[in-house]
Amino acid sequence: MAIREDEVRRVATLARLHLTDEETRALTSDLGRILDYVDKLAELDTSAVEPTSHVVAVEAHFRDDAISTEDGAATAEKAVANAPRRDGHFFAVPPIIE
Amino acid sequence: MTALHELPIEEASRLLATRKLSSRELVEAALARIEATEAKVGSFLTVTADLARAQAAEADARLASGDATPLTGVPIGLKDIFVTRGVTTTCASKILEGFVPTFDGTVVERLRRAGAVLVGKLNMDEFAMGSSCENSGLAATRNPWKLSRVPGGSSGGSASSVAARQVAGSFGTDTGGSIRLPASYCGVTGIKPTYGRVSRFGVIAFASSLDQVGPLATSARGAALLLQAVAGKDPRDSTSIDAPVPDYLSSMTPRLDGMTLGVPREYMIGGLDPGVDAAVRAALDRLKELGARLVDVSLPHTEYAVATYYIVATAEASSNLGRYDGVRYGLRRGEENGVREMYGRTRDAGFGAEVKRRIMLGTYVLSAGYYEAYYSKAMRVRTLIRRDFEQAFRSCDAIVAPTSPDTAFEIGSRTDDPLKMYLSDILTIAAPLAGLPAMSSPCGFDEAGMPVGLQLIGRPLDEAVLFRIAAAYEDSTDWHRRVPELRA
Repeated sequence: MAIREDEVRRVATLARLHLTDEETRALTSDLGRILDYVDKLAELDTSAVEPTSHVVAVEAHFRDDAISTEDGAATAEKAVANAPRRDGHFFAVPPIIE
Repeated sequence: MTALHELPIEEASRLLATRKLSSRELVEAALARIEATEAKVGSFLTVTADLARAQAAEADARLASGDATPLTGVPIGLKDIFVTRGVTTTCASKILEGFVPTFDGTVVERLRRAGAVLVGKLNMDEFAMGSSCENSGLAATRNPWKLSRVPGGSSGGSASSVAARQVAGSFGTDTGGSIRLPASYCGVTGIKPTYGRVSRFGVIAFASSLDQVGPLATSARGAALLLQAVAGKDPRDSTSIDAPVPDYLSSMTPRLDGMTLGVPREYMIGGLDPGVDAAVRAALDRLKELGARLVDVSLPHTEYAVATYYIVATAEASSNLGRYDGVRYGLRRGEENGVREMYGRTRDAGFGAEVKRRIMLGTYVLSAGYYEAYYSKAMRVRTLIRRDFEQAFRSCDAIVAPTSPDTAFEIGSRTDDPLKMYLSDILTIAAPLAGLPAMSSPCGFDEAGMPVGLQLIGRPLDEAVLFRIAAAYEDSTDWHRRVPELRA
């Protein structure tokens, strides 16, 4: 097996996924098979090949540091409009520091 | 006379411009068609009938004043990945159920400005992860050619709605084949433009180095008109390319004399369904009759494309989907047990099995100790795949191949084998890794009556050549005019 159940649990913690035991078992098997398949890339010698992270050259864009007044621009009210829980113009969350 | 709901966009547009048809009539015909067929096909997550009627009235006023574009008054559908102001946008995920955006993305804004009429938001695989539309967390969509089969994915509703003539055109997104595969399975035209050709501002992100927006339509000209309206630089998307957008319709020609088309041997050998093989070979013969010269080309790293894609795309997805944490929008669960528990329970309850699988795979390949072996390796193989295409385009103007090795499969037949499902994308997955424009055009049917797609892949920013080939091919065939009977 390419991946063990304890590794799957560790990755789930990193990914902030609260998996059930059943999900963990199924993922151990699925990920194992997928990793076996992608190991195929090891057949290729890529030591002299540059990585491609993006296919087009991306340049940083600059704009004026000004408040947008266009229709549809964000406002504090719009920013919190979809919040599961809000307190005025704040997102309300459980205590982070005891 | 053709029924109104069967008019391709370019014909509807002409009738609207000459005032032989009103947008109100056209939109009512689309809404009636949706009403009559939706229970069978299930393309839509939301039908925006009131908005559509209001937009049709505005469009008719514009048409009367002479201030119209080719899309003014034309009803279209949008994959539910496009953020639409005031219209629920879910990405077919429970984690975004009930999310109502406060702004329009650039594509939506450009379509509204052009006067297109939005009739609804279309079903998809959750977060665009899937090849069959079966991973939707909210609804099931069926293939209009045989309702027991999948429409393909991830833009399943975008393809099924066009095939069933609920709309003549729609927009989807393509990361590894998500426009072309469902276009092929449903017998419609779909194009994934060059990476960066269309702005992704306001398009929910899956894999940011691959995602691209594109249209699906009942004709190549219809797809060209849709792309024309949305393509081009957008200051709000730093990956959008600052290059002129040619007039696609005027570049079309009845014949293809002087054009050289490359047939990649790795796409044509073994594993093709006999029906696909026969239809594609007949299409190649037809392209020759139209004046094109066919040459053999080789894309030697094709067999590594699926593995490369599932590392790159899942790594990027695991990062992009970090934002769904129950804090700012969407679902929230487990807040009574503290913030850590809230993140974990929200994400476990909100994401479906395939999304979790990909987040897990992506997190794993980026994690300490595995980054070099997987992610870094995949980025290097991606370079080899790009070079294959660069080499091939030295001897041809475009590449022609099947879109998929098979036709639409039965619903449920691949859901318990994720790897087998991933291999559905084997012929569509390399083009986005290289950032190239690629199209699927209807080229026949297999013995079961299911549509087959011809894939065309072009040089960077050369969408025009794909439209030219597809339009010439369409004009010499009638595959794209056939309308499914929505049979079980």
